[in-house]
Amino acid sequence: MAILLAFAAGVVLASYAGFREFLPGLIEGAWVTVQITVLGAMLAVVAALIAALAKMYGPWPLRWLAIAYIEIFRGTSALVQLFWLFFVLPHFGIVLEPLTVAVLGLGLNVGAYGAEVVRGAIQAVPRGQWEASTALNMSRASALSRIILPQALVAMIPPWGNLFVELLKATALVSLITLGDLAFRAQQMNQTTLRTVDIFSIVLVIYLCLALVLSQSMRALERWAARGIARGRVA
Amino acid sequence: MTDNAPMVRFDGVRKTYGPLTVLDELCLDIARNEKVAMIGPSGSGKTTVLRMLMTLERIDGGVIYVEGEPLTHMERNGKLVPADQRHLRRVRAKIGMVFQQFNLFPHMSAMRNCMEAPIRVLGLSRKDAEARAAELLEMVGLGDKKDHYPSQLSGGQQQRVAIARALAMRPKVMLFDEVTSALDPELVGEVLNVIRKLGTEHNLTMLMVTHQMGFAKEFADRVCFFYKGRIAEEGPPQQIFVQPREERTRQFLRAVLEAG
Amino acid sequence: MGGAGNRARAGRLMLWDWNYTFEILPELARAALVTIEATLIGFILAATLGLALAILRMAKNPAISIPATVFVEFIRSTPLLIQIFFLFFVFPHFGITLSGFTAGVLALGVHYGAYCSEVYRAGFENIPRSQWEAALALNLGIVDTFRSIIIPQAIPPVIPALGNYLIALFKETPLLSAIAVLELMQTAKILGSESFRYTEPITLVGLFFLVMSLVSAALVRLVETWLGRVGRRV
Repeated sequence: MAILLAFAAGVVLASYAGFREFLPGLIEGAWVTVQITVLGAMLAVVAALIAALAKMYGPWPLRWLAIAYIEIFRGTSALVQLFWLFFVLPHFGIVLEPLTVAVLGLGLNVGAYGAEVVRGAIQAVPRGQWEASTALNMSRASALSRIILPQALVAMIPPWGNLFVELLKATALVSLITLGDLAFRAQQMNQTTLRTVDIFSIVLVIYLCLALVLSQSMRALERWAARGIARGRVA
Repeated sequence: MTDNAPMVRFDGVRKTYGPLTVLDELCLDIARNEKVAMIGPSGSGKTTVLRMLMTLERIDGGVIYVEGEPLTHMERNGKLVPADQRHLRRVRAKIGMVFQQFNLFPHMSAMRNCMEAPIRVLGLSRKDAEARAAELLEMVGLGDKKDHYPSQLSGGQQQRVAIARALAMRPKVMLFDEVTSALDPELVGEVLNVIRKLGTEHNLTMLMVTHQMGFAKEFADRVCFFYKGRIAEEGPPQQIFVQPREERTRQFLRAVLEAG
Repeated sequence: MGGAGNRARAGRLMLWDWNYTFEILPELARAALVTIEATLIGFILAATLGLALAILRMAKNPAISIPATVFVEFIRSTPLLIQIFFLFFVFPHFGITLSGFTAGVLALGVHYGAYCSEVYRAGFENIPRSQWEAALALNLGIVDTFRSIIIPQAIPPVIPALGNYLIALFKETPLLSAIAVLELMQTAKILGSESFRYTEPITLVGLFFLVMSLVSAALVRLVETWLGRVGRRV
């Protein structure tokens, strides 16, 4: 991993000539990328929780809705979803800003994959926890929200970390619906200056750094969340 | 015996795992066609001896010679330097090994298990390799099972295939690493019979790590008792099993008898 | 396709124009072929490159294994779209002009090659050390060991995972529309821009991907079960 950072630094230094020239514009784009990632991630988590709970515990209409949501958003790619929201919705009278389309499309997309993560984590909580809650006469909703979910949340963090990195990478797609993110800026600069290698090398390194920051944060989050929960062998 | 040089010689061989010394300045000569049994408590270094001879483990000190030629090192300008891959492969060809867990290739039939290396390494034609494999499988009593896959064979049968597979490479030294320890008791005999047959019908130097004391007593020319990385006592089976000179040997044999 | 402009004015209030749908189907069918072609070629490239990368990563020589690992991690951590742009725009600088299709398929192959190498690597690591030792005891060289012993055992269990990446690659072919490859998404956009009706083209494309995705997922599960039964022997 340190090797990766060193490599990244090396690439950046190598295109030093372009570094100062392109960086400011690219950083602006990167900021948009970060915003979309964060907002999209929040939507994804909410959507995933709702979908997973609906699928596992909801009445059958809700369950089928959740299944449809999950299958549709996993069965088609993020770009198809973004284009649909961007090009087709206006025909039904709904005109959304590119940023909204981006957050909505990517958030719902990752949320569909996240629903499986949530489901898996909830099912991984030991059966004994449910039994103890019942023995204490807790309602199912209460047991779920106070006992099961908090434990499931810790187990969820690593797979969510992977999904968030996927989300970050997917934000590049919003450049194709004219949103000024990092990929958009890169393409713009490339069209005008044709300094392809310089620009895209820096861009790739920026994405790499963002991804590293993201996965490290998730790891730190996991350590914080797992405090108090004994992990591993007893002695 | 025309040659007085030992078949295998361990010269001051040392093996360490971090702070732990598993083999401590081991000196052991094995004569051509000699059958040597190595016994001793677990962790005493016996298996490591076999694995180093088979070049599965690196040596940390000393030299191993096979037929007078260094195995782990090679001569360069009159000095001994660590052997390169080419040298290792050339000398390694003289050694064959049978493992405790058989380690047959699960995706190949018994026949193909025995044919693969002769074709790829020795360059035998498919026909010749097939003939040799069939002959060897017949010898270990599995002629009718040659197209069976390992999962279709019992432990004893798998181990016999493993022996045939090793023999197909025509090694001069055969190593047996606790080859019956993973077998159900009723299957041990068939494997020991094959080993016995090998000893009498073939010119092979055989080195075995075993807990089968009865077999060692009857079959081996020499027995080495290992303790904490050194040979505590060695001699003919008559001496080791009936009149051991060392107290530690006596203790070990007592413990084994009580368990068995 | 010029008459479609009139259609738009007439049909703007319609939620779904069935006539228009049937009109564009042939065009979309042709585009679907391009999509499938890109998918298959891209995947063959990915599966092969992935195997090569996985083997390189296992090399004892760090000068080989480390760059391979860095390369794989780098590709996996950066967006496919950027990689597509990079390959498409970088080659002209060296005097080679690649078509959009070639550059796109190349990018797909490299990107998913990196993912596939992880799959192969897991497969290799599942082979017990004792198999390597048995091969060494028989004096099999490294090439023969890989070819006859390790790869035949490592590949069948990972085929479902590779199948999933095939499906993922298929779903990402719309990214090639960014470099004007006439696959499904690009064709849909062109149709939409000419007729001012995006609903039918894009929804149809979406449905196509959805159906193909569900069918292939079921197929992969079938392969998994079939392998599970045959795998008894291995």
